Amino acid sequence: MITKRIIPCLDVRHGRVVKGINFEGIRDVADPVEMARFYNESGADELVFYDITASVEERGIFTDILKRTAAEVFIPLTVGGGINSLEDFDRVLNCGADKVSVNTGAIKNPKLIEEAAKRFGDQCVVLSMDVKRVDGSFHLFAKGGREDTGIDALEWARMGQEMGAGEIVLNSIDTDGVKKGFDLELLAETARLVSVPIIASGGAGSMEDFKVLFETLPRVDAGLAASIFHRKEISIPDLKNYLAAAGIPMRRL
Amino acid sequence: MIAIVNYGLGNLYSIRRSLDYIGQESIITRDPAEILAADRVILPGVGAFRDAAKLLSETGLDAVVKAYAATGKPLLGICLGMQLLFEKSYEYGEYEGLGLLPGQVCSLEADLSDLKVPHIGWNALRIRKEIPLLKYSKEGDCVYYVHSFYAKNCDDVVAADSEYGVRVPGAVARGNVMGTQFHPEKSGPAGLAILRAFAEL
Repeated sequence: MITKRIIPCLDVRHGRVVKGINFEGIRDVADPVEMARFYNESGADELVFYDITASVEERGIFTDILKRTAAEVFIPLTVGGGINSLEDFDRVLNCGADKVSVNTGAIKNPKLIEEAAKRFGDQCVVLSMDVKRVDGSFHLFAKGGREDTGIDALEWARMGQEMGAGEIVLNSIDTDGVKKGFDLELLAETARLVSVPIIASGGAGSMEDFKVLFETLPRVDAGLAASIFHRKEISIPDLKNYLAAAGIPMRRL
Repeated sequence: MIAIVNYGLGNLYSIRRSLDYIGQESIITRDPAEILAADRVILPGVGAFRDAAKLLSETGLDAVVKAYAATGKPLLGICLGMQLLFEKSYEYGEYEGLGLLPGQVCSLEADLSDLKVPHIGWNALRIRKEIPLLKYSKEGDCVYYVHSFYAKNCDDVVAADSEYGVRVPGAVARGNVMGTQFHPEKSGPAGLAILRAFAEL
């Protein structure tokens, strides 16, 4: 039986994890490599690194973090942020990423999904989507959730799969930061349309939110969160024990 | 010295990094002499069977890997590298494998009703046979899979499998020829333990 995945997301800017406050148990509270090591030892099933540095000059800092992480963390690493071309795919894959997440880059140029899937395989291409309700329907947002593209999010998910995305990360802007649970409605609608793995993001505030997610929506494969893990509001071993006790298949160390 | 066969496809560097981490020297090579001289050989692979089989034969590395296997020294295929060890694959056509293990590689989708394909994620191992490659592994260890095709008609060589609607052969072995469908280099401590066991064979 395949397990449900628990995925911490590390937003990196200027070589530091942002949102990473109040993090105990590691030497440098915002060092991405230290945090990756910590999460790996805690039993995280995968790590997502998001490069939120806008400038090209700082790409080097980010890829160096990636290389250092990949040298000692042996679980799947997904990298996103600023991925606009096949060269960007190459750059992060060569530094140790296993999967590459595209968002605004794919909105600007949908062919990127297709070309990347052809060159690196479907399993490598993760379509990340920021979604918000506008006038009763789900709209796809670009540029870190700042820009309404007017595109129907559900249609975009379906197209993304058709073009070769191997996984879809659904980030709900409506539930993000609210901590009252994942956006079950959006996830359910999407799960009806696509067959590739779906990673739920945005809204987790408690262990129960993960339980509700996996129990209500068996077709959702993973739960992703950032600050609740970074702030140690939820520890991954506790979360996994809790979910396993509820009968949800979990990988435990 | 572990030689990682470089035929132009696959997760060469993540395998190499994991070997570095467990203190094992390795080289990434396509040089027949280096491959034949190695104590151990890893055949990696990510992507389509057809492309991989074509690259192996174009580079002549198919014959080199077979010659290496005939020496009796340990050979480990990983993911698509494992699938290549079998006789044949039916991935979008019909293609010859290396024929070092009995069995065929077939579509998961055709055999599953409602489970998602590819089979992506962590799945528990069920140990079917005690083999040296799994000497540090235990029942229920979770390992990381990413694949859409799987080995069939190979019961005799299955050492561990995972449940995904069907029994997915996870680790296979016949003598010195071994393979894992999952990625040991991406399977956390459970995966590193398998690489360590391979390095100690």
